[in-house]
Amino acid sequence: MLGRTANDLYWLSRYIERAENIARLLEVGYRIVLLPREGEGFHEEWRSTLESAGCVQGYVQRHGELISQNVIDYMLFDTSNPSSIASCLANARRNGRAQRTALTREMWESLNSSWLEFSAIRPATVTSNSLPELLDWVRSRSALYRGALLNTILRNDTYYFSQVGTFIERADSTARILDVKYYHLLPSSEMVGSEKDNYQWAALLRSVSAHRSYRWVFKDHYRPLKIADFMILNRQMPRSLRSCYDELTLALRDLAVFYGARHDCQMTAEATRDLLLEADMRNIFQSGLHEFVQDFIGRNNKLGNEISSAYHFSD
Amino acid sequence: MVAAFDEMNGFGGEVRAPYRALAEWLGVQHLDTLRQKSAEAEVLFRRSGITFAVYGAEEAGERLIPFDILPRIISAEEWRRLELGIEQRVRSLNAFLYDIYHRQEILKAGKIPEELITQNSAFLPEMIGVDPPRGVYSHIIGVDLVRTGENDFMVLEDNTRTPSGVSYMLENRETMMHLFPDLFSRNRVRPVENYPDALLKTLESVAPGNLDAEPTIALLTPGVYNSAYFEHSFLADQMGVELVESTDLVVIDGLLRMKTTEGLKRVDVLYRRVDDDFLDPLVFDPTSLLGVPGIFDVYRSGRVTIVNAPGAGIADDKAIYSYIPAIIEFYTGKSPILANVETYNCREPASLKYVLEHLPELVIKEVHGSGGYGMLVGPKSTKEQIEAFRAKLIANPTNYIAQPTLSLSTCPTLADSSVAPRHLDLRPFVLIGDQVRLMPGGLTRVALKKGSLVVNSSQGGGTKDTWVLQE
Repeated sequence: MLGRTANDLYWLSRYIERAENIARLLEVGYRIVLLPREGEGFHEEWRSTLESAGCVQGYVQRHGELISQNVIDYMLFDTSNPSSIASCLANARRNGRAQRTALTREMWESLNSSWLEFSAIRPATVTSNSLPELLDWVRSRSALYRGALLNTILRNDTYYFSQVGTFIERADSTARILDVKYYHLLPSSEMVGSEKDNYQWAALLRSVSAHRSYRWVFKDHYRPLKIADFMILNRQMPRSLRSCYDELTLALRDLAVFYGARHDCQMTAEATRDLLLEADMRNIFQSGLHEFVQDFIGRNNKLGNEISSAYHFSD
Repeated sequence: MVAAFDEMNGFGGEVRAPYRALAEWLGVQHLDTLRQKSAEAEVLFRRSGITFAVYGAEEAGERLIPFDILPRIISAEEWRRLELGIEQRVRSLNAFLYDIYHRQEILKAGKIPEELITQNSAFLPEMIGVDPPRGVYSHIIGVDLVRTGENDFMVLEDNTRTPSGVSYMLENRETMMHLFPDLFSRNRVRPVENYPDALLKTLESVAPGNLDAEPTIALLTPGVYNSAYFEHSFLADQMGVELVESTDLVVIDGLLRMKTTEGLKRVDVLYRRVDDDFLDPLVFDPTSLLGVPGIFDVYRSGRVTIVNAPGAGIADDKAIYSYIPAIIEFYTGKSPILANVETYNCREPASLKYVLEHLPELVIKEVHGSGGYGMLVGPKSTKEQIEAFRAKLIANPTNYIAQPTLSLSTCPTLADSSVAPRHLDLRPFVLIGDQVRLMPGGLTRVALKKGSLVVNSSQGGGTKDTWVLQE
């Protein structure tokens, strides 16, 4: 396989995953903004949404003040924002078109029609009433693509690079959410335990689609330690850092078998997976949740770079 | 102008034999059913992605080349003759290319004016003395044929550089089989679906000698914005070879290599779909970003095969066209099986004089033009258009050739209000390697506008499935 093909497949998966994560973040942000509040609380909410998406600087440069309509427009339709849903879908399709021979027809059709349908939406027609529906649609299109991938692609390097892209992006997304909102999970907030905190905890879980599965797994009220555990170390939760690294080590191991060669990236992924496997949430809290998450983000980025150079994504 | 020969009805009267089953079937079809099938065909094309053939700047200008659901049919007997004529022609063209880049016997024999070759931009002096594997220069040729009567097939043009359209031949057939299975049970239509396999065999057969392993083949595309990108990705996919862009290729240690996930891998045969000019910025156009620096040296040293060979375009140059019958006779000792269309080279004073006197009757083409641009169709032009063209012709006569306006054959076509005759041509695809492989079929292009003689897709032309019947 060409290095360029591997690069495009990897990024194609990342963009699809990113579109879905952005949709979920916006959904949660919007819910919180709708809450009764005193003063300027919603500014904080949009700020943390933008931070989780890595878009706060770009937004401020473009719009300055945090205004709901502008935030939504910037994150949905603004193509100058590389992480907007419009950019994600256009980039995913561009990569897919460049690698048309690597995709199955089902994969291509889902990419193509998502982009065509999204391009046909006029931003002015999106109201606060239709926003949830639109965000649902984005998530379902991402699911459609993933479904087409899982059901139709040959289990070879095409599949492995697609998996790697998906889970690097997903791990990054979950970690960023934790990075921005970690303070809601600190023990001090458990002591306070106000209604607003409760809502924030639910929002955290919602942003990884885990507010219901939490109850199934823990059969308990929302508790910061358990929420953090669920999002970071839990093997069952499909967006936890642990789950992402289970999938990453698997895909990278398959790649090593396929090509008959191991690289640094396999070792790095396994080391991070082992760390998540052996870690204990209480210890993490003691030595600092924020430091832990920041360390993880660094590791995840490093892994991305190692994969890129091991498989000649661009040289 | 006399009525044109109709593929189904001849010059009127009885339905011709190869069309009998179709005519019978067509007789009991409702126009609405046909229209509905036509709409279904369009959906199928969009789904397969063939609609992404043409791209505008905004990626939204994706266009579908119209497809007509009524097939064009060629009998076994007609095809046998075409087959012989085409094989004779493509072998002669390759013999001509070999000669032109070696001893130039044909120039010494005075059969072609020397300056027509040496002054021609399609002639690459860099190719002199290069020996491509099996002596083949043009491995993939599209021969454009027109028909004016029962036995009158003529070659309008040879495409010896990078002929396109074969993906339409294949997709048209897929679509027809999907839409009209019953028609295929009534007619014994020879399959064309093994084209990708035949292409792969051809490419493998011209790999450089002394390879340790199976040759590695790649298809070079100018990229995703090229109008034929769909075809490039389609063929690479069907053959199971890498679709590469110039940035994926590099010349290191005298070999052409592609950048793969496992490092650099040697490429032995490059089916390139970029023009000669852009192939190697070190040898040809130095500003080219579509080529690979140093590839021509690798080619000259015999360590990669470029398909079609650089410089093969001299064989389909419009200024050379009128000499093709002489070329065939020179290399085969036989007269051509397929005739040329009578052609006036405006560079010759006598011809120019005739052409200027008969502009309203003639078709005038630029020597280096293609796609139906820059041409004058005399009988379809206004006085002003003709006079404007006259001025251009006088200013630069060597740039033009002229041909009589041919009454191209017609074929029943689903038009807006009914099934009506429309003019068409035919481009069969020939592969030349260890043997000559001709697909029984080709691309039939049809002028969808009533009375129009221009079949190019850029000028409102469409395509039809082309059936060659079994004996």
